[in-house]
Amino acid sequence: MQEVTRDALLNKALELLKNGTVDRVLGYRVGEFSYDVTPAVFENEDALKKDFCWNSFCGANFSKYLISETAKTEKKLLVFLKPCDSYSFNQLLTEHRFDREKVYAVGVPCGGMLSGKDLREKVESVSDVSVNGDKVTVKTLFDGDLEFDFETLLSDRCKNCKSKKHVAYDELLGEDGEVLDSHRFDEVERLEQMTPDERFAFWQGELSRCIRCNACRDVCPACTCEKCVFDNPNSGVQNKAAADSFEEKMFHIIRAFHVAGRCTDCGECSRVCPQHIPLHLLNRKFIKDINSFYGDYQAGAEVGSRAPIVNYTTDDPEPSEAVERGHGNA
Amino acid sequence: MRKISLSKLPELFSAIAKTSALYLPVDTKAGAKFEAWAVGKTLSNALNTVRSAKDFFFPQTENLMDFKVEGKNIELIDTRKECEDFVLFGVRACDVKSFEVLDRVFLAEPQDTYYKNRREHALIISTACNKPQETCFCGTFGIDAAEPSGDIVTYRTDDELFFDAKTEKGKKLLDALSSITEEADEKAVDQQKALIRERLQKLPLKDLKTEGFGSGKTAEFFDDPQWKELSSACLGCGTCTFVCPTCQCYDIKDFDTGHGIKRFRCWDSCMYSDFTKMSAGQPRLTQLERFRQRFMHKLVYYPTNNDGLFSCVGCGRCLAKCPINMNIVKVMKALGGREDA
Repeated sequence: MQEVTRDALLNKALELLKNGTVDRVLGYRVGEFSYDVTPAVFENEDALKKDFCWNSFCGANFSKYLISETAKTEKKLLVFLKPCDSYSFNQLLTEHRFDREKVYAVGVPCGGMLSGKDLREKVESVSDVSVNGDKVTVKTLFDGDLEFDFETLLSDRCKNCKSKKHVAYDELLGEDGEVLDSHRFDEVERLEQMTPDERFAFWQGELSRCIRCNACRDVCPACTCEKCVFDNPNSGVQNKAAADSFEEKMFHIIRAFHVAGRCTDCGECSRVCPQHIPLHLLNRKFIKDINSFYGDYQAGAEVGSRAPIVNYTTDDPEPSEAVERGHGNA
Repeated sequence: MRKISLSKLPELFSAIAKTSALYLPVDTKAGAKFEAWAVGKTLSNALNTVRSAKDFFFPQTENLMDFKVEGKNIELIDTRKECEDFVLFGVRACDVKSFEVLDRVFLAEPQDTYYKNRREHALIISTACNKPQETCFCGTFGIDAAEPSGDIVTYRTDDELFFDAKTEKGKKLLDALSSITEEADEKAVDQQKALIRERLQKLPLKDLKTEGFGSGKTAEFFDDPQWKELSSACLGCGTCTFVCPTCQCYDIKDFDTGHGIKRFRCWDSCMYSDFTKMSAGQPRLTQLERFRQRFMHKLVYYPTNNDGLFSCVGCGRCLAKCPINMNIVKVMKALGGREDA
C-alpha cells in the first residue's frame, strides 16, 4: 500500500532544490512499464518533473548509492529513505562509508513494496499496474484486468518487515511507525529444527542454483569493500566458475560471515537474486544467534553502536559451550 | 505436418527419450528450467526459461583439459568425450536465433571443438510463442515468434501439438514418432500463427527499431554523454550477461588440484572489474566503460564483424532480471532517440 504519493515526494524535492538545501536528488526514474523503475540522480527541476517516479515498485535500498554519490563532490544530495533503508543508512555511517554532511535525508513512510520480479511470476504479460489503497489492478495484454489484494502481491522481504520506524532522517514525510513484531526468525527456526542432513540438503538445493552473478554482493549495503576478495585474481578464491556446488557454498557462507553483526536484514540480497535463493536466511541465522548469545542487537538502529561480535566483554558466552552442535541452535 | 493430442505428451516424451536424451522446460521453485526428462516430469507452461538454452552448447563451467605433473614431465590429458545425441524440446524463437549468434563466434576458424561437438549432436525442437510477454521484442531483430527456426517446429493449440520438420534430422525423428503421431493439415497451424501475429502486434515494445545501430557505428555512439546517466545505477553484477542467450565471453584458468592441474573455462562478464584483465591491467576502469562495452558489443561491434547481425535476440531476460531495471531497450531508446541522430 502506498503511503505517500509521487507528488508529495516530487514537491518536497522541488522545494529543497529551490531553497538551496540540496543540489541533487536521488530518486527513481520511470521505466518502460510501471514496475521497472531505476535509481537515478536528478540534477535539476526539469529532470525531476520529467522522469521522477515514486510507486509501489520503488523498493531498492538507496543507502549504498550514498557512498559513490557523495564521493568526490561537494554537492549536497537529497535521499528518500524507507524505514528499512534508514537502518542501512546508519550502519554505513557507523562504518564511516559516506559523509553525513553531504546528505539530506527525508524519511518516507512505507506500507510495504511490490516486486516486479515476483509479480511477473504470478501474472503473465503485465502491461500496467495501479495501486488503489489495499487493492492492486494489474492490466494484462491478453487476459484483461486482474484485481488482487495488496497483501497477496507484497514482495517476499516485506512480509517480515521488522520496522515501520525510521532510525535516521532530517525530515519526515507523514507519520512515523513502530518497530514491528516481524516473525522474521520463524523460517530460521524451521531450518534449525531440521536434522543436519536435511539442512545440508536444503542449502545444497538452494545454493546449487547460484550462477555467480554476484548481484547479492553488489547490491548489499554491508558489502562495501573497495575490492572484494572474490574479484581479486591474486586471492586464490576469485574463481568465477561454478565448478561444483562447494564453490557456491563457500562464497555465500563467507559473505554471510563477513556481514555478520553488520547486516541490518534489509533483504536486498534475496530481492535481486535471479535464481530465487533465500540468501537472507543465512544472515538471519547470524542475527538470531547473535541475539541469543549477546542479547538483542539490531545493526543500524543507532549510529556508532558496536556489534557484539566486535565488542569483547568478560560476560560474553563461549559459543562452543553455549550451544550443543547438531541440536537446535547449531 | 504431424500432430499429437496434448494428453499424449508423456507418450511423446517417452518415445523421444528412447531415441536419445531429452531436455525440456519444467517448472521449478525458481521458475522454468531445462531439465532432463524423466517419467512424471511435465512440460512448463512458462513462456521462457530463466536461464537460456545456450547452457547446452556453452556451459557455465567446463573442464578443457588436465595436466599431470611428475618431476620434470608434464603430461597433457585430453578430457574431451564425444557428446551423446540429445533433443532440446520447447526452445523459443529467440533462443533458436541465439544459436546462430553463438555459432558465428564458436564455429568461426579456429573452431571451438568443445562447442561444435555439442552443437552437432543436438536436435532442436522449437515452439511458437502463443503468449508473448510485455518484455518480448524479438521482432526488433527480425525474429518471428510465430515461425521459429529449428529441426522441428511445434505449434500448440488448445488440445493438440503440431509438428513441422524443417531439416533432414528433424524429418528422421518425426518419422520415428509416426506410430504415436497422426497426419495433420496446415489449417489449425495457420490459425495459430495468425493468433500469435495478432498478439505480437499488441506488444508494447513492438516499435523498437535497430535503425541507427549496426556495423561501423562505433564513433557515433562511443562518446555519447548519455552513457554516464544510463550506467550510473548499474551495480556491476553479471545478471544480465549470465541470463543472456547471446553473451558468449569466457575466461580460461588453471586450477591446481594439488596433484595436477585442471584447465577450465567459465562464463565471464564484461560487467566485472577483472574482465579481460591484462598485464597492464583492466582496460575498462569504470563501470561506465564496462556497461558501454556490453551494449556496444550487441549493437555495434558484433554486427560490424558479422555481416550486420545484431547479438541481441529480444528475449527480454535482462529486462526481467536486472536488479536496477536497466537494459538494452532503455539504452536503444535513449541512444537512438537523439534529436541529432
